[in-house]
Amino acid sequence: MQFSRKRKVFSSAQVEYGHCLQLYGQPPLENITLAEFETFAVERLKLLKTVENLGVSFVKGSEDYQKKLSSEITNLNFPYKTEANDDRKQLTGPTEYEKRRKDHISHFILRLAYCQTEDLRRWFIQQEMDLFRHRFSDLPPKYKTEFLHRNDLQYDTISPDEKEGLMEKLVSSTYTVSGATVKEQDFYKVPFQDALDLVRLRKVFLRQGYAYIPHQDIVTIVLNDFRTRLSKALALTARSLPVVQSDERLQPLLSHLSHAYVGQDYSIQKNIGKVSLEQIDPLSAKSFPLCMRQLHRALREQHHLRHGGRMQYGLFLKGIGLTLDQALQFWRAEFVKGKVDADKFDKAYAYSIRHMFGKEGKRTDYTPYSCMKVILSNPPSQGDYQGCPFRHSDPELLKQKLQSYKVSQAGILQILELVKGMHYQLACQKYFELTHNIEDAGFSLNHPNQYFAESQRLLTGGKEVKREADAPPPRGGQSVRAPDALQDKPANPKQASAEITEDLDSLFQDD
Amino acid sequence: MTTCNYDPASLPDLLPLYYRRLFPFSQYYRWLNYGGVTKNYFQNREFSFTLRDDIYVRYQSFSNQSELEKEMHKLNPYKIDIGAVYSHRPNQHSTVKSGTFQALEKELVFDIDMTDYDDVRSCCSAADICSKCWTLMTIAIRILDRALRVDFGFRHCLWVYSGRRGVHCWVCDDSARRLPVAARSAVCEYLSLVKGGEETVKKVQLSDPLHPFIKESLAVVEHYFTQYAVLGQDILGSREWGSSMGLNSVAQVRKDLLSYFQTEKNPVKRWERLKTLVNQRRSTSKKGVHAEKEIMLQYCYPRLDVNVSKGVNHLLKSPFSVHPKTGRISVPIDLRELDKFDPFEVPTVSLICEELDHSKREEDDEEAKENEKAAGERRRIRDYKRTSLAKYIKVFDNFLDGLERSRRGELLQKSDLQKDF
Ligand code: SF4
Ligand SMILES: [Zn+2]
Repeated sequence: MQFSRKRKVFSSAQVEYGHCLQLYGQPPLENITLAEFETFAVERLKLLKTVENLGVSFVKGSEDYQKKLSSEITNLNFPYKTEANDDRKQLTGPTEYEKRRKDHISHFILRLAYCQTEDLRRWFIQQEMDLFRHRFSDLPPKYKTEFLHRNDLQYDTISPDEKEGLMEKLVSSTYTVSGATVKEQDFYKVPFQDALDLVRLRKVFLRQGYAYIPHQDIVTIVLNDFRTRLSKALALTARSLPVVQSDERLQPLLSHLSHAYVGQDYSIQKNIGKVSLEQIDPLSAKSFPLCMRQLHRALREQHHLRHGGRMQYGLFLKGIGLTLDQALQFWRAEFVKGKVDADKFDKAYAYSIRHMFGKEGKRTDYTPYSCMKVILSNPPSQGDYQGCPFRHSDPELLKQKLQSYKVSQAGILQILELVKGMHYQLACQKYFELTHNIEDAGFSLNHPNQYFAESQRLLTGGKEVKREADAPPPRGGQSVRAPDALQDKPANPKQASAEITEDLDSLFQDD
Repeated sequence: MTTCNYDPASLPDLLPLYYRRLFPFSQYYRWLNYGGVTKNYFQNREFSFTLRDDIYVRYQSFSNQSELEKEMHKLNPYKIDIGAVYSHRPNQHSTVKSGTFQALEKELVFDIDMTDYDDVRSCCSAADICSKCWTLMTIAIRILDRALRVDFGFRHCLWVYSGRRGVHCWVCDDSARRLPVAARSAVCEYLSLVKGGEETVKKVQLSDPLHPFIKESLAVVEHYFTQYAVLGQDILGSREWGSSMGLNSVAQVRKDLLSYFQTEKNPVKRWERLKTLVNQRRSTSKKGVHAEKEIMLQYCYPRLDVNVSKGVNHLLKSPFSVHPKTGRISVPIDLRELDKFDPFEVPTVSLICEELDHSKREEDDEEAKENEKAAGERRRIRDYKRTSLAKYIKVFDNFLDGLERSRRGELLQKSDLQKDF
């Protein structure tokens, strides 16, 4: 790709876009203006952020999700399946051609911006995959097949005999498939590693290490291919990046783009030292979100929390301003009331507290967990109190808990309704509104520390807390802001060491 | 029972003897060297030792068997953990450029711990186990071993008693050792049916259709359920049976049972009744049709510590390590004899040292004649064969032979392929 300040000049090498969906195999060859470069990039970023937001507020693939995403694609003028039905002649027509060109070029621009760190890559791949999944799934069958042909994607199918023999198992492994439809469609046999999303959900039949995938789920395999290619490509791009970065016109733009989606990560402690240990009890009732209130209570009652809980709660406390010394004092005081004596605490647990503050090991400074992280990763198991109560509690228990916190009956119903629709963060926000006696929280909740900060702002009159706007703003009536996917995991080189040290801590668990 | 004569205070005296005379170093090396197929596979493997007073040393690594032996003779670790195979030698990890030192491979491992079943066993709690609740481990092994072999196609699963209250599984196939984190976590999720923490009562939710994996697992549970849960734990005898089973959602069944239980005290009959009632509903309503299956799984299905399995660089206690609290050796379990496996029969370090001592006197003179390393090795084999450790080492040997056979098969295949070209 060449960039010029001058007016747009098409090089003769115009790309043919034969299908509305592409695997982005070839980089664009034409020259484009800096202005167009920027518009394309920003618009694709908008689209990817919408993808991310929708993934948080809705079940991926649900009707609402599909509808909202489709309309965003159309609004931003990216190619969409309806046009795939258009007459073939129109494919080179300005509109559809322009859209496909934009899809192509903008994808490659963001590759430049998002290849730089493991975190950026992960975020980018995730959103591009979700986008691709949506677009592919929405294609009429004929166009799916055409897409596979065009891109030379071939997968092994099983013979009718084998299918016959496995009939019952295939039917009961695949949700929407009946005996009749099993007969009709092809089944692909791939190593289970290539269909992890289906394996994870137990939505596919497995035998001897192979997954038997019905044609209707072929998107899974295609997506796996897409992911593999994209992550290889990003690694390559990263290597050529120094050249691009030396371009002083592009450098600031790219770095701006890659920072654009990051929300506040609550790792910078503006409030450090402003909370005293005595305040924690009252604060936990007034200003902690339920997840942290639950952990706090469990800690006070059990005088112990297991690893996952310690991380979630400890980092939150760090985020609201506890100093390292305070944190040590706080955890020690509680643990020694239980089965751990001071000596054992210093040996086995103090390390992990210091570690959270980046004072041990590789000195990774951990950031507090976002709601996304709490909700999606590390769900609680036996003996755990971590997680998000809206997501991980039995509705019945949640109801009792809300009752005991004096939430009105009507309020509880509203919250449970949101929980049922899997809008956990919205449910939490509703809880915020109800307990702070306000109509509309006026923010979209994506972080427990944000909950705390907003609560304090209301209760103390907004002296302490600043909010950062993150660009670009959500669109299409979205009420949930981009969660901070970025901060969730430290960058890879760091990550390796972070994991190591984290494990170290969990080793000292309870065996 | 043999623990009665184990005294943790004697560990510093027993460990040197154990490592010098009994620990199966050559098998251990044979295992972790994996035929020497991949360069530096053993050399880049992390070991970590827990020493006296909880002193913990990570990132140990060794060039060969004798270096490992020497170090273990010197340190006499209370506990040995095995970590990943790294990109560099772990003992030099601080000298490599930051970010390049990475965990590359490790066995796919599972850790099942009896404490995670505390809400569903009434016989013991926390670290305690008894022969009653040990059935849970038997069930866990049966279910997981089947799934790992039949569903995932793995062939080399080593099951090991942890020495106290649980079991570990090491899946050692080449393909398993290479699995990235995402695949490990997908396998775990596939294998997890019991979900939720302290804030969830009903931890198993089934929906139609039942996946073949669930049916297979149910079949295993069914085999043990009446004996273990209905009779052994008397799950329908406790006061809160209704709510702890999540029967609240099917109020009618609950009510009917309540009145039936007034007169019927026989646990098996009670359970039969519950099944009948649930089955009757099947024709009338969709809700709760799997209630009895959900109960069976909630009470018996294996509970995995997912974190241990997910991370490539997570450490796990090594086979043949001693459990410092019980003194029991962490021994491989023979699946052909699984139902007979009794954790209380697993030898303690004090027992085998004693056994060795008994037989030792007779041949002290003989020994004086032998020297050299080979002789030492021979002696060690002779030594452990005199103790109750022998049969467990035999299990390990068999496992290693299996690995070796696969390796040869694969090598053959490779050379065949090369001929073709
Ligand atoms: S939504 Fe976020 S802040 Fe609220 S309870 Fe869940 S994790 Fe905590
Ligand atoms: Zn017991």
